[in-house]
Amino acid sequence: MSREEVMERLNGVFIDLFDDESIKINDNTTANDIEDWDSLEHINLIVAIEQEFNIKFNMNEVTSMKNVGEMVDIITSRIGA
Amino acid sequence: MKELEYPLDIDYILKNKRHIKKELLNNNFSVEKRIAILGGSTTSDVKNMLEIFLLNYGIKAEFYESEYNKFYEDAVFANEELTRFNPDIIYVHTTVRNIRAFPNITDTEEEINVKLNSEINCFYEVWNGLKKYNAIIIQNNFEHPSYRLLGNREVIDIHGKINFINRLNSLLVNYANENKNFYINDINYVSSCFGLDNWFNEAFYHMYKYAMDMRAIPYLSYNLSHIIKALYGKNKKGLVLDMDNTLWGGVIGDDGIEGIKIGSETPDGEVFYAFQKYLLEQSTIGNILMVSSKNEEENALAGLNHPSSVLRPDDFTIIKANWNPKSDNIRIIADTLDLGADSFVFVDDNPAERKIVSDSINGIAVPDIKNPEDYIRILDRNGYFEVISLSQEDLNKKDIYKSNAERKSLMNESSNYEDYLRELKMHAEISEFKDIYLDRITQLIGKSNQFNLTTRRYTLNEIEEISKSDEYIKIYGKLSDIFGDNGLISVVIGKVDGSNLHIDLWLMSCRVLKRNMEQAMLDELVNIAMSKGIEKIYGYYYPTAKNKMVENFYEEMKFTLIEEDDTHKKYELNVSVYEKQNNIIEVN
Repeated sequence: MSREEVMERLNGVFIDLFDDESIKINDNTTANDIEDWDSLEHINLIVAIEQEFNIKFNMNEVTSMKNVGEMVDIITSRIGA
Repeated sequence: MKELEYPLDIDYILKNKRHIKKELLNNNFSVEKRIAILGGSTTSDVKNMLEIFLLNYGIKAEFYESEYNKFYEDAVFANEELTRFNPDIIYVHTTVRNIRAFPNITDTEEEINVKLNSEINCFYEVWNGLKKYNAIIIQNNFEHPSYRLLGNREVIDIHGKINFINRLNSLLVNYANENKNFYINDINYVSSCFGLDNWFNEAFYHMYKYAMDMRAIPYLSYNLSHIIKALYGKNKKGLVLDMDNTLWGGVIGDDGIEGIKIGSETPDGEVFYAFQKYLLEQSTIGNILMVSSKNEEENALAGLNHPSSVLRPDDFTIIKANWNPKSDNIRIIADTLDLGADSFVFVDDNPAERKIVSDSINGIAVPDIKNPEDYIRILDRNGYFEVISLSQEDLNKKDIYKSNAERKSLMNESSNYEDYLRELKMHAEISEFKDIYLDRITQLIGKSNQFNLTTRRYTLNEIEEISKSDEYIKIYGKLSDIFGDNGLISVVIGKVDGSNLHIDLWLMSCRVLKRNMEQAMLDELVNIAMSKGIEKIYGYYYPTAKNKMVENFYEEMKFTLIEEDDTHKKYELNVSVYEKQNNIIEVN
C-alpha cells in the first residue's frame, strides 16, 4: 500500500468517525483542524485506525503523534508499505 | 438496528457512533429520561454507547456526567447542578480500579475486615447521599483483577484480591436485596464474557483513564441498557418459535417423527434438547412460548410429543402450524393474546423467514441466531427479558395468557357478548392502595402503554407517598373469572383539589379489555369521590404513539369533553348525576 493509499483509507476513517463527508486530511492536519477531534476522541480515532489497518499502536506512539503525517508514517511502517 | 444486537458489531459501532445516533434520532420516542453518570473513571464513551442503545429501545436520554472520578464527591456533598438536573436514574460507574486499599500479604484477618468495611462504607455513603434525589440507582459491581499474585489461591486466601472482591460484591448484593430502586450492573459477568485479557487495557487507562478497553465499552453499556429499558416497560414478553431446525433437527414433514433430531442420543439431538430446556426455563419465569411454523398441525404436535422432546404442546400458549405467511400468523397470535407483535422475539433458523418477519412487523426482535449451538447464547445476551423483579403475576403469566385464549373461544361460542361476559362469572376486588400491592402497582405503571390515558410514570417512592396521602384517591382493581385469576390489572390515581378530582392516571392491562372492568373501576372511583365530597371529576387524555386505543375512552365512560387541542383532551363528569355502569362483574 502506497503512502497515498494509506492517506486515502485514513481519510475514510476520519469521515466515518466524525460523520463528516467534507473532511479532507493531509500531512499537516492536526486536532485543531477538526472540530470534534478532542483528546477523548483521539482514543476513538486510534481504535478505529487500529481496526482499519489491523495494527496496534504502542502508548508512546499514541501520545506523541503531532499530526496526520506522523500518523501515516507509523501506519506505513507498521504494515510494511 | 441489527448492529446494536448481540453479537455486537463492535468495529462498526465504535467507528460510526455519530452516524448511528443521527439515524436513530429520526424515530419517535415514547420515553424520555434523565440519567446521571457518576464515574470512578472516564465515562465519555460509556455515555455515548448507552445513549445509542437506549435510542434503539425507543428511550431518549439526557445525561449528566460527573467530573472525572468525582462519583464520591458528587453523591455525598450538596450538588446544585445535579439537583437542577433532577435525574430519573443515577448510574455509578465504578470498577476494580476504584478499590482504594486491597489487603497486604502481612495483614491480619482483622485488618482485612477493617479494609473491607472501609471500602463498602464509602459506597454506603454514596448511596445514602444519593437518596435525596429520589432516583433509581444502578451500581456496577466489581470485576476481577487483571493479575493473580497468589495464583489459584487468590480466591481462597483472605489476602487475595479476588477473595476480597468477591466479599465486596456479596456486600453489594446484600444492599441490593434490602433496598428498592437499587440495581446492580453485573460487570463481573460482562467482563468475564468479554474476557479479562481483552477487558483490561493498561495503555487506555494510563492515557485516558478508561477503566476498560474501548472495545469492551459497548458490551458494558448494552448490559446497562437492558436494566434501563426493562425499568421503562420495554421488555419483550414471549418467544415465537419456528419448529424444523429450530426446536429440533431436521424437517418433520420429510424425515418423519423418528427422523428428527432431539434428545441425548446424538450430538445433533443434544444441542436441540439443550435449547428446549432453555426455553422451558424462560417459560417458568413468565415469558410465554408460541409457535409459528410452516407445517401440518398434526406433524407439529407429533414433534412436540416426541418421547425426547422437553417441550410439550401444553408449554405453548398458542401453536400456529399452517402454510400461511409467518408474519400473518404472528399478527393473529398477537391479537388473540391482546399483546403487541412488537413484544415478541421471533426465533427461526431460516434467514429468509427472519427477513420477511423483521421487514413486515415493526419493533419485533428477530435475532440472527446462527447455528443451533449458538441459539441460547444469542438469545440470552440480548437481554430481551431482563428481570427487574419477579412477581407472582410474572410466574403465572403462562396460565393467564392461556385462559385468555380459552376465553376467546368461549366468546366465539356465546350468542352475544353480554352473555359471554356473564358466563365468565367475574369477580373484582377494587379498593384504595394497600401496602402489599405497591410493588405490583409500580410495575404495572412502568409498563402499561396502550390502555393508559396519561402515560405518567411513578417511582416506587412516589407511589408510597401517594398511598399515604389524603390528597389522592388511588384505587387498584383485581379481576378473576372461571378461567383463572388475572391478578392486579388496573390502577387509577386522582388528585383532590377542593371539590374537584383530577385523574392523573388511569391504566389497565390490555388482557382484560372490554370485560366491563373499566365501568367497575369508575363506579368505585365515584363512590369514594362522593364520600369525600367531590362534585366534579376531570379526566385527561394525552396521546402517545401507543395509546390510541383509549382516545375516546372518557366519552365511552359518559364524561363530557370540555377542552381539546393537539396535546390533550380534558373531560368532566358530574358526580351527583352519575349512574352505576357495571352490572356484570361482582365487586368486592
